[in-house]
Amino acid sequence: MRPLTPGLVVEAGSSVDNHTGAWRTERPRFLSVACNGCDLCAVYCPEGVVFKAAPKRYDFDPDFCKGCGICVEECPVDDIVMEAEIR
Amino acid sequence: MKVMEGAEAIADAVRAAGPKVVSAYPITPQTHIVEALSQAVADGRLDAEFITVESEHSAASVVLGAAATGVRTFTATSSQGLLYMAEVVLNIAGMRLPVVMTVANRALSSPLSIWNDHQDSMTLRDSGWIQLFAQTAQEAHDLHLVAYRIAEDPRVLLPVMVCVDGFVLTHAFEPVEPVSDEAVSRYLPPLSLPFVLDPARPATFGAYADPTVYTEARFAIEAAQRRSAQVLSQALGEFAALTGREYSPDFDRYRLDDADVVMVAMGTAAQTAQVAVDEMRDEGVAAGLVAIRRFRPFPAAELVAALGNASRIVVFDRSVSLGSGGIVAGELRSALYGRLLPQIVGVVAGLGGRDVSVETLTQAFRAERDGWIDLRPDLEEIAP
Ligand code: SF4
Ligand code: SF4
Repeated sequence: MRPLTPGLVVEAGSSVDNHTGAWRTERPRFLSVACNGCDLCAVYCPEGVVFKAAPKRYDFDPDFCKGCGICVEECPVDDIVMEAEIR
Repeated sequence: MKVMEGAEAIADAVRAAGPKVVSAYPITPQTHIVEALSQAVADGRLDAEFITVESEHSAASVVLGAAATGVRTFTATSSQGLLYMAEVVLNIAGMRLPVVMTVANRALSSPLSIWNDHQDSMTLRDSGWIQLFAQTAQEAHDLHLVAYRIAEDPRVLLPVMVCVDGFVLTHAFEPVEPVSDEAVSRYLPPLSLPFVLDPARPATFGAYADPTVYTEARFAIEAAQRRSAQVLSQALGEFAALTGREYSPDFDRYRLDDADVVMVAMGTAAQTAQVAVDEMRDEGVAAGLVAIRRFRPFPAAELVAALGNASRIVVFDRSVSLGSGGIVAGELRSALYGRLLPQIVGVVAGLGGRDVSVETLTQAFRAERDGWIDLRPDLEEIAP
């Protein structure tokens, strides 16, 4: 049995372990075809989980992406698409 | 024995309990309590931080944070102030912090009223706080000490709301025998929490709970609520040994043993109801009274045991679940369902400071069906 502390007090930094991406129903796919490297997807992502993987190639961290689609909305060259989350 | 204002009697108990942090925003009719405490801090009679804030939401947040560092805390509010706190009130219970708060019961807007009824604390009855209702200034004084004792008990770790009728109790002067500081220090051991906020050992309170643990965390609060009834009983037993003043841990029983018609009431109206019971007895009605002291956890089993002889129960409610009915009446029906089968009549009255006289209560005793009594026949909403 896993002990439950009164009030569910946990060690600091627990948000690293709480994978809030679990409630996502859609996920972005970065096509990396027309990307101009403007960085807007990374800037506007409310979770701060979009990162530059290589010049003009961006990706996201699925553990924390909540699937809001803001990156898709902001991309000026439509280089990101939303897809159904399949688990 | 001193003659004290209810608010002063409460403030004196809190001062003796020695909270390290007091934070509140002034709101009628609670203000005199924290006024007296801020004076005690200024005079050096209470070694505490008195943190002034711009709102009740912040007052509750301050005591939440302070309690999490492992110190005794206090706040007080009324009416809209309690509603404004509501978000934090639920967090305090969820984080299992032993905050003690006075609610000087006052009606809710709208329409605006500064006067007494129970709608404010009843609106937060599902929050996880233990709720105790006092009938007199002496009891209010005493229950605040008991409140710290049970809130901080390792078997409980839940906040306690001590509910007192605004003005009727807070602003009335009564003879009070304050518990001596020395006796209080024997009754209340130093606070020791299993987890505290400490920069040396960082921790997260109120962390995100995913669906795999949320239910269990909520159930733990429910279990602590249930355990608190026994802890309260013990704490009141020790309090009686210390002061000679006895309080039952669930409700007072007045002329109940042979009662056929029983009124259920809470707060100061229960004192008036004793007179109404006597009058009904003079008329030949075998009347009795249950005066609920512990509304949360609700004393369901105790009520079943106490009400077995009653054929008719009248519940006097000073709050209402609009669209449903008196709140205590609903809870009582739910507690007795399938166990006892008396006639239960839920009577709503005494809202927004409407005087609860002996006549109001004898009228309630005679009510035949659920509803609001004491309504003025000359006032009715214009047909829409
Ligand atoms: S969908 Fe939302 S959360 Fe996920 S990467 Fe795009 S902007 Fe960030
Ligand atoms: S917003 Fe579009 S174009 Fe700009 S960096 Fe992101 S993917 Fe590339």
